[in-house]
This record gives sequence, structure tokens and C-alpha cells, in this order.
Amino acid sequence: MTDVTQTTAPDRPSALREFWYYFRENRGAVFGLWIFGLFLLVAAFAPILAPYDATEQFRDYTLLPPAWQEGGSWAFPLGTDPLGRDMLSRLIEGARFSFFVGVVVVTIATTGGIIIGLIAGFAPRWLDTIIMRIMDIVLAFPSLLLALVLVAILGPSLTNAMIAIAIVLQPHYVRLTRASVMSERQKDYVTSAKVAGARLPRLMFKTVLPNCLAPIIVQAALSFSTAILDAAALGFLGMGAQPPTPEWGTMLAEAREFILRAWWVVTWPGVAILITVLAINLMGDGLRDALDPKLKRS
Amino acid sequence: MTAAPVMSAESLARHYEVGGGFLRKPQVLKAVQNVDFQLYAGKTLAVVGESGCGKSTLARMVTMIEEPTAGTLTLDGEPVLPDRWASLRKSVQIVFQDPYGSLNPRQRIGQILMEPLIINRPDMPTSEREARARDMLGLVGLRPEHFDRYPHMFSGGQRQRIAIARALMLDPKVLVLDEPVSALDLSIQSSILNLLIDLQERLGLAYLFISHDLSVVRHVADEVIVMYLGRAVERGTKDEVFGGPRHPYTKALLSATPIADPEARKDRIKLVGELPSPLNVPAGCPFSPRCWKVQDHCRTTAPELEGESHKAACFFPEG
Repeated sequence: MTDVTQTTAPDRPSALREFWYYFRENRGAVFGLWIFGLFLLVAAFAPILAPYDATEQFRDYTLLPPAWQEGGSWAFPLGTDPLGRDMLSRLIEGARFSFFVGVVVVTIATTGGIIIGLIAGFAPRWLDTIIMRIMDIVLAFPSLLLALVLVAILGPSLTNAMIAIAIVLQPHYVRLTRASVMSERQKDYVTSAKVAGARLPRLMFKTVLPNCLAPIIVQAALSFSTAILDAAALGFLGMGAQPPTPEWGTMLAEAREFILRAWWVVTWPGVAILITVLAINLMGDGLRDALDPKLKRS
Repeated sequence: MTAAPVMSAESLARHYEVGGGFLRKPQVLKAVQNVDFQLYAGKTLAVVGESGCGKSTLARMVTMIEEPTAGTLTLDGEPVLPDRWASLRKSVQIVFQDPYGSLNPRQRIGQILMEPLIINRPDMPTSEREARARDMLGLVGLRPEHFDRYPHMFSGGQRQRIAIARALMLDPKVLVLDEPVSALDLSIQSSILNLLIDLQERLGLAYLFISHDLSVVRHVADEVIVMYLGRAVERGTKDEVFGGPRHPYTKALLSATPIADPEARKDRIKLVGELPSPLNVPAGCPFSPRCWKVQDHCRTTAPELEGESHKAACFFPEG
């Protein structure tokens, strides 16, 4: 019994530490993670951090430039908008909406996508075909156009925009889950669970699903930024959050006519969207590298 | 063998429909045809044959993963029918070939061992489940501290021990071993085989041992079935089959076993031709295109498995 007496490999580091080891190697990802953390803190403590209320209008100070420009004041570091509202306060408050949109959309899309994907992966061929063709139809539409149509039907509001974006993002999760389920299902451990008497729900959620999660987590991180971007786009088109909500996309839309006279009114919300989306994408890439078992060396 | 068999199969068959799309008639693949066997407590029945001969399909039918197309399977005197699978499943468990794919990578060893109990005996207290799992770990030669580790921390041989332990958690009567040592190093093969023999003696298990490795079969089997293209071509006790093979295919198979002696005289029988596609099995005896004793009669009529205890499906048996 040679294989019993030999000592097993020394204890491997915990999953989290191993993950951090691989994640750390990607500098961009770590940078993205820090920015994302900052964004999270700003969103969480927005009422404390913001100098003014986001909707408070200072009528005497409309379209004030940022503090370092001529005519600017340190009372409003990033300037004011046409109604005299403080840009900095609105941006900080807007982080909350963006974060909220990201979390809600990703949660709805992931939950629905995983359940439909699992069903498609385990279903007989005819049901699988029906589900996947429906998903193909949803995917065939330009995503923003479909979201616009859905919002037009449901009525413009932030909630409806989120539902629409979640529906548009869902098929990606369905395909991803179904693909991993189909490859995992073939493996012997699933068969042995079946021989041990496991019924379908147990096979689906306890045996197969945990082994399919890595690509889904990566997709969730990446679609967080897509959700923010789409919500901003819908807001810009007037189909998302309605004024005076300080949502970044809506802010852009409101400031469109001042683009030549007051650059700061348009620039800051755009920069905020850009930095957030970029940071999340960088983080998602690092997440993919760290969670992909094929890239591991040990 | 006077005791009643634990499990017996009568003219078991499994056919698949393959190809077949829209407006196209599917072809029938006869993976297993008319196989009979009996399994006795404490005895090992080995099924040998080259890849694609239906060994694993047989295993899948016996473990109730697939329903036989025809024939009957009896377990402890009760017929095995799909609506009774749930209650009979506990008695038949399986160990797979690949120890790397057969353990859930996200579960700890303890969870893997306790899962069959959680499913089948939900009223058993957790402490008892854990005690049983720890006992089983000792029985297959693993240490108690392995209980909380993940499968990737183990070597192939240790994983196979875990797979055996999981199969035994429900106190089965029949254990199907689907090439249990083919994926392992030669040095570890023997330790796993000895463990299996040891467990069989202690627990009185009936083994259905599937393998293509004749030296392994010679070591563990009591009775041997040789399969070719889904049919049993020879059947008998280990000594009968290895001592005096009657079917030409068995003889060729035995002559191909490597002997660990460079001086030994090698008189291998080289078969001509390829294994026919299982979709297009030749009429008459399936072995007829490759047989060196073939006559016209063989090409038209399929021989039956005939004989007293040592049976062969051949019109012109050896010896």
C-alpha cells in the first residue's frame, strides 16, 4: 500500500489566498479594484461626503466654473449646473444610483440566467432548443434598441430601465451557464451522484452548479459595467432616471445645450462614467485570469 | 456455487438510435446483445473485451443509469424496473475508471462520503453520518485527517480509494468496477486490487469487474465473460478460460497479453482487419471477417453460446 504511507502534499493555501495571489499579478486589475472600492465607499457614504444636497439650487451661482478657473469659487469645487446645483454633490449622489443599477441589474440577470441556463442544460433536446432559440432572438436585437423598446412599453423610469437592461443581459448568462452545465454533466462525479440516488434538483444546484460558477462570476463583474453604461445611455435618451435625479446619464442629457458655454457641466458626469466602467472592466479581466484554472501554474 | 445469485441478467440488450435527424431514419446501434450472467456474493465476475465492445454499457445498465432495451435484470429475486430504481439503487454502486473525474472538485472528502447517506437516509443524525464516513475512510486505508481535504490534494490511487469508500457508504450488495485500475500506475494498481479483494472477503460483496487488462482479470476474477461487439463470445471460470480458451477471439486476446520475460517464446496470433463498426455488424458470427478458421457457415449463421459450464459461441471451438 505504497500510496497510503506517502505523505500528501502540504496544505494548499486557502481558496481566497490563492485567488489573491493570481489576482495581484495583474496590476491593472488591482488598480481597478481600488477604484471600484473607492466608488463603493463614495456610494455608501454619499450623504456624509456631499457638501450640499444634490437638488438644492443656488440661484445666485448658476453655471459657476470649477474652482481653479477664473470666476470659480472653492465653495463649489467642480462648479455648478444651469440651475445652480453643486456638481460635486450631484456626482457623489449619482454614484449611488449607478451602483444601485449595477447591483440590481446583475442580480436579476444572473439569477434568471442561471436558472434558465440550468434548465436548458438538463432539459430534453426539444425544450433546450426552444429556450436557446428564444435567447438567440433576444441576442439578435441591438441591446440598447431592445432596452429602449421595453422602456417605451413600460414607461420611462429608473426601475423600468433596470428591468429592461436585465432582460437584455440575461441571454449571455443563459448561454454561459448552459455551456458549462453541458460539459460538467458528462463527468463521472455527476453520474455517481445519480447512482447514489440524487434527484434532479440536487444534481442541478448542489452537484453541477458550484462547478460552473467561475465564468459566471467573471461575466457578472463585466456586465456590472455594461449595466451602468446602458443605464446612462437610457438616461441620456430620456428613457431612464428622470430629472432631477442626479443620475450620471440623465445629468449628461440635461447639460447637452450648455456644451459650448460650460464644458464642466457635461465633462464631469462623462468622466465619472468613464472611470467607473474602466475600473470595473480592468477588475473583471483580472478576475477572469485569476479564476481560469487553465492559467494556473501549480 | 449453490447459493442463490445476488443479481442475475437474462438476455440483456441495449440498443441506441444514432444519426437520425429531420426526415432521416436513425440507425440502430446494438451496443449490448443477449448477455446473461449471475453474480454471487463474495465472487467476482470479470467482463473483458476491447474498447467499444459494450462493457461500459453493461455497467450502466446494471447500475440503473440506463434502461435495458430488452431482457430482464433481477436483484435479490426482485425484477429491476425503472419505477423501482429509486429503492433498488442502494444495493448497486459503481467505481469509475478515471479517479480525476469521479470526485466532485468542490466538495470535501467528508461531504463526498456523506452525500449518499444524506440522500438515502435523511433521518440519520449528522453525527452518525460523520462517524460512518470516518470509519469508511479507515476501511479503505486512508487517514482520518483526510476527511476535511479536497480531492485535488490527493494522488490518483488515493482518489480511487475515496471513490471506493463512497460506493460502499450505502452497504451495497453489488459493486460494479468499471476499469477501476486502468488509469493508475502499475505499482498502485496492485495495492488497489488487494484492497478490493480484502473488502470483498470482509463484506461479502459481489463484484462485476470490467476490464481490458487480462493480467488484472487473472488476478481477481472467479468467472470470466469475453465480449466482442456487444455479444458474449465465451464464458467460464477463470481457469477454464485462461487455461483452455475455446473461442478463437479469446485465444488471440490471451496471446496478446504481454509477458514480463524477454526470453519467453512469443507466439502471438495477429488478427487481420479492423474491428467492424458496431453500426454495421457482419451477418452471421461477428468475428467471422477476422477469424482464421472461418467457414462459409460462419458468415451466414450466428453461433449461440453453447457448452456446459465453459461456453463458447463458435462452430469450431478450440480444444
